Amino acid sequence: MMKFERYEWLAISIMISLFIFVGFIQGWSVSLVILNMCIISAIMTMGVNISWGYAGVINFGVMGFLAMGGLAAVLVSYPPIAESWQVGGRGLGISFALLVVLVIAVMYINKTVIQKRNRYILNSLIIFFGILIIRHYYLNATNNIEDVNPAIAGFLGGLGLPIIFSWIVGGLFAAGVAFVIGKVALGLRSDYLAIVTLGISEIVVSVLKHEEWLSRGVKNVIGLKRPVPYEIDLQNADWFINLVTYLNSSKLNNIIDVSDRQQVLNNLIIDGSGIFVKLSYAILFLIVMLIIFYFANKAQLSPWGRMMRAIRDNETAANAMGKDVVKQHLIIFVIGAAIVGVAGAMLVTLDGLFTPSGYRPLRFTFIIWIMVIVGGSGNNLGAIFGGFVIWFSWIEAAPLTTFIINQLTVALEPTNALKLHLLDSVPYFRYLFMGLILLLILRYRPKGIIPEKVRHS
Amino acid sequence: MIDFLNSIIVLLNFIIIPGISYGSQLALGALGVTFVYAILRFANFAHGEIMSFGAMITILFTWFFQSQNIGLGILPTALLALPIGIIATIILCIISDKFVFQYYRYQKSVPVVLAMVSIGVMFVINAIIRIIIGTETIKFSDGQKFIMKAKQFKVMTGLNEGLALKSSQVITILITILLLTFTFWFLQKTKTGKSMRAFSDNEDLALLSGINPDRVVFTTWIIVGVLACVAGTLYGLDKSYKPIIYLNLVLPIFASAIVGGIGSPFGAVVGGYVIAFSEIMVTYAYKKFFVYLLPSSIEPTGLVQLLSTDYKFAVSFSILVIVLLIRPSGIFKGKVL
Repeated sequence: MMKFERYEWLAISIMISLFIFVGFIQGWSVSLVILNMCIISAIMTMGVNISWGYAGVINFGVMGFLAMGGLAAVLVSYPPIAESWQVGGRGLGISFALLVVLVIAVMYINKTVIQKRNRYILNSLIIFFGILIIRHYYLNATNNIEDVNPAIAGFLGGLGLPIIFSWIVGGLFAAGVAFVIGKVALGLRSDYLAIVTLGISEIVVSVLKHEEWLSRGVKNVIGLKRPVPYEIDLQNADWFINLVTYLNSSKLNNIIDVSDRQQVLNNLIIDGSGIFVKLSYAILFLIVMLIIFYFANKAQLSPWGRMMRAIRDNETAANAMGKDVVKQHLIIFVIGAAIVGVAGAMLVTLDGLFTPSGYRPLRFTFIIWIMVIVGGSGNNLGAIFGGFVIWFSWIEAAPLTTFIINQLTVALEPTNALKLHLLDSVPYFRYLFMGLILLLILRYRPKGIIPEKVRHS
Repeated sequence: MIDFLNSIIVLLNFIIIPGISYGSQLALGALGVTFVYAILRFANFAHGEIMSFGAMITILFTWFFQSQNIGLGILPTALLALPIGIIATIILCIISDKFVFQYYRYQKSVPVVLAMVSIGVMFVINAIIRIIIGTETIKFSDGQKFIMKAKQFKVMTGLNEGLALKSSQVITILITILLLTFTFWFLQKTKTGKSMRAFSDNEDLALLSGINPDRVVFTTWIIVGVLACVAGTLYGLDKSYKPIIYLNLVLPIFASAIVGGIGSPFGAVVGGYVIAFSEIMVTYAYKKFFVYLLPSSIEPTGLVQLLSTDYKFAVSFSILVIVLLIRPSGIFKGKVL
């Protein structure tokens, strides 16, 4: 079992006390909202940290893997739309079958035709005409699907299963995409790999944005079912009302007037139901985070983790010792992406809606990387810490900036143009903070706040 | 014959002219990325924001000149403000080098670390831009909008199809030619240019022959500043200025630089046009073109479009991926200025 050092306990207690602090200042509801996102961010960060920190494989495709996780949440939990399947299912099936045939044909040609020029010509011909035929069926089918009740449906829907399954499916989806990317791109040098993964993640998101039959595209999918109870059900459930009464019994007993007491109780129940829902999410997410944390640590300390570090620190030497560097890079890239995919599904679960146009690289790739660098690459606790601290400052930057600007411009009149302009641009200061934090950490603590432990045997 | 001319005009109007002007903007951007890559040896993710910063300063001074009623007549006022924008961008580049990049250069950090650092710089510049000018879309082109309107062309030639020529497109093309000529002349003929090429080819050898690295880096940032500011302003002039668009522009720019062979300036320029033309050609609906060209019996019924315009950006990344797979060094073997 792993043991924490003293400074690691300090980091953990800082994280916990931040939320307690916010809970008292801004209310528990706000605190829990931030906590939920922090946990999800921490999971994303662990995913990136596994590929970057363990093996030095750069993954700038975080956004794409998150989006795949989000797609999984939709496809697993949304009830199937029978009509769409009726009008478009056959066409889609045919075009998919044709695609498989096309791929097999290309593979066959690659195997049998030896002369390079002939191979290129044959392949391009087959691909060109194959795509023409597939497009015909495909466009027909997708147009039909998108015409089915476009205001509320217009896509295939999902399987109608509980959304919690999508967390695993999301991981699998992301792993699948990562496998393809890894096969294609992992041989590249690290800065090329960064650009390529960034580019491919943009492609993934643009596909999700524009293939409306699959994901409803920019029309968004709303009203995904929750894994936790709804507030309105809680407010009418006897056991919940009893629970709230019990928890606040001393406060309630002080109020003598019956109608007053009922009024107070109602307010407490409404507040309590919101907090209960967020708390249930937090517990679910925390369980996932701890499971991933446990296994990530286990893996890091295992012989496999040691091999990964060997590959990271000296690829040539590891290769000379008989380690299959290419294969291991692919494995770790896929694992990292899968964890990011799990986080993507959890993100959509928390929001209850899937908005493909919301996936932007600044927010979903670069911020995650800042978390990894700030927390400390190669250390899982560091990754969690980075996720918590950066997301926390991302959210709390706005109130803090407002406060600072008000203090600095206290001498100016409230109608002063500069002051008003600054207050208007409060949301943009968080980018400034993020950039400065990253630059300062890279300069003065390049291994991160909680650096990787160097193990000597 | 008339049909043939008409179809040519369609191509000119919707593919070739927009392609050349967009390609020029990408080429200038890619040239800047390539310079940083060849001399400072890292992928500069902040380049898009540097472009945006230059365009922003130009816009601010354009507004100032407009309020003072200073203009260039039929030309956009932005041209008058451009030199100020260039100077500001150069100062930004040099400040970011002095305070950020220099340290890692002296430490001899690996390229990935420098790329991360450039992400930090990107965030900071991004924030500064948003704080100063907000996130609204800004149109700042004034003066005469068209050199030739589609209607004029129709009347002039008697053809069915019009050919519109925006002044921003012509300005883009002219400035690009001017700047590219100057850059290549500088690299080939001047002593500083030659020392830059030597430095990018073999750093140790260059140092041994007495080339001052700080001077080379300084010159590089000046060139990068000029190129970035001009590229950013021209893009804003042609489309419209939108701070968030420049982050999206970074990827096509990287794609151009890599497709052409990163580190090779000529490759960057070619890459810019390759990316621009493929983006436009793959997403253009050729129906009109074929209607003119083919006899009416086999006229196409659909749009004859390979991919919907939604995938415009995806096209450039796909080309990037394909090029990296088939020929990782790019069209023109990169690495050396």
